[in-house]
Amino acid sequence: MSKNKFFITFLVLPAFVLLAAVVFYPFLYNVALAFGNMNLNKIRDWHFIGLRQFVKIFTEPSQPDFYAVFLKTIIWTVVNVTFHVTLGVFLALLLNQQIKGKSIYRTLLVLPWAIPQCIVALTWRGMFNYEYGSFNLILTKYLGLPAVEWLRSPTEAFLACILTNVWLGFPFMMVVALGALQSIPHELYEAAEIDGATWGHQLRTITLPLIRPVMIPAITLGAVWTFNNLNIVWLVSNAGEPSDNTHILVSFVYKAAFNFYSFSYAAALSLVIFLILLVFSLIFMKQSRATEAAY
Amino acid sequence: MAVQTKRSKIIQQTFTYAVLTVFVVIAIFPIWQVVNISLRPGDQLLSTSLELMPKNATFDNYVKLFTERDFLRWMGNSAFVSLAVTITGVVFASMAGYGFSRFKFFGKNMGLLSLLTTQMFPATMLLLPMYIMLINLGLINTYLGVIIVYSATALPFCIWTMKGYYDTIPPTLEEAARIDGASQFYAFYKIILPLAAPALVITALFSFMTAWSEYLVAAQILQESLLWTLPLGLKSFEASMSTEWGLYGAASLIVMIPVVILFLALSKWLVSGLTLGSVKG
Repeated sequence: MSKNKFFITFLVLPAFVLLAAVVFYPFLYNVALAFGNMNLNKIRDWHFIGLRQFVKIFTEPSQPDFYAVFLKTIIWTVVNVTFHVTLGVFLALLLNQQIKGKSIYRTLLVLPWAIPQCIVALTWRGMFNYEYGSFNLILTKYLGLPAVEWLRSPTEAFLACILTNVWLGFPFMMVVALGALQSIPHELYEAAEIDGATWGHQLRTITLPLIRPVMIPAITLGAVWTFNNLNIVWLVSNAGEPSDNTHILVSFVYKAAFNFYSFSYAAALSLVIFLILLVFSLIFMKQSRATEAAY
Repeated sequence: MAVQTKRSKIIQQTFTYAVLTVFVVIAIFPIWQVVNISLRPGDQLLSTSLELMPKNATFDNYVKLFTERDFLRWMGNSAFVSLAVTITGVVFASMAGYGFSRFKFFGKNMGLLSLLTTQMFPATMLLLPMYIMLINLGLINTYLGVIIVYSATALPFCIWTMKGYYDTIPPTLEEAARIDGASQFYAFYKIILPLAAPALVITALFSFMTAWSEYLVAAQILQESLLWTLPLGLKSFEASMSTEWGLYGAASLIVMIPVVILFLALSKWLVSGLTLGSVKG
């Protein structure tokens, strides 16, 4: 028995020590910072000031406004995940038929997920360029429409970020949905066909309910990833341009931490974001009764 | 009746192929853009045409990347950092995942749950405290600094993947070996670990890709251009007053090709690894 204990210790301890040093300790440190007054000038002689950073977040006006950014983050997450799931499931349904060149289509459609995010973001930023970007070239030369100031006005810049992220996110949902679709037994559809069920009816009563258990955790994960996606917003809008109007919560924190060096403020805001996500995930997973499957 | 169903089937097929083709074009378009830009000669970088291939296509940008810029150096940096993160990820995750899968111990559920919770951390939540720690330890502008942060980001996911995979291997295999007199370590190392090879590959690739294409952490920790990893170099082509699109295109393509190939080869595994842990049973 004691030999067994030694073996477990040997297996798990190294990872735990590492995680304690690089995950748990920084986490606690972040919590401590959130209640302090650290900035670049006070790295060594900071002290606790209670809840003042949180009060500042929720009550003091900031540029950009916290509530506006929060609202934008929710729009960002809902719009992105909705498109990811709808497009993903739709394409998976198309791919799940007997078609020629299925694996080629599948491979090519997965490409947006395979490309490193920073390259995706910088490339799309180039495509949104006013004079030379391909979007405006297509709009003006082929569609005869006026060019759009993609990166210079707030709404369009935010739209540009969303377009980029929709492009990059649908393959994940598609692959997950395809896996789920392939595990549905064929007999179910055959039986439904004999009973005269239409395609739409089959979709609602067989397909969607059966891929649900797989999709719910994937959607939760996708929502959390999207909510926290710093790369795309930061790099497409070039750090929140125009004039800090294109931020979601994480990019707002990143800016507060590394451009303004308000360390404690940023730590408090990180904590707020984390709690929002934690509550969301718990409620969402519980609602869909998938919690027991998470173990 | 039969004719009608046949016709509706043809319509359905046409619709399928048409829609799939449209989406393939959308998926490929930005990649083709990068290829196109990388092949443009210097005087056409700001071209406003949308030709499939640029006129007088040339490899000048690629040559320039290696002869006039520190690209090779950045590549070496990236390879070194990624390799270190991969080794850390695989070694620790293969061991810890096994422990989590096979044994009961104090704090096991807490541990697993907290690994899951780390997925909800906003990037800054770990990055900021670690950044301050690295300042205090004098690890800013060192490879060790980024390696530590990347390992911390990749490890929770790797442990989950490994645990999920070990769960699918029946414990009777080790029990049989133990009856034959094998030690616990031998049973793990010689019997279970080889069987878990697919999960090991995923873990390795995931760690590698995390490190290979990460920008935001590296941007804070590696400030000297000689220490830069590839994404920082890429951004530098884009960030300067006059964007060097040609170099950017060529560099992007070189950075993405290995990752894309690896990813496509393993995308099936990656998804089963992702979902296995969460939707088992």
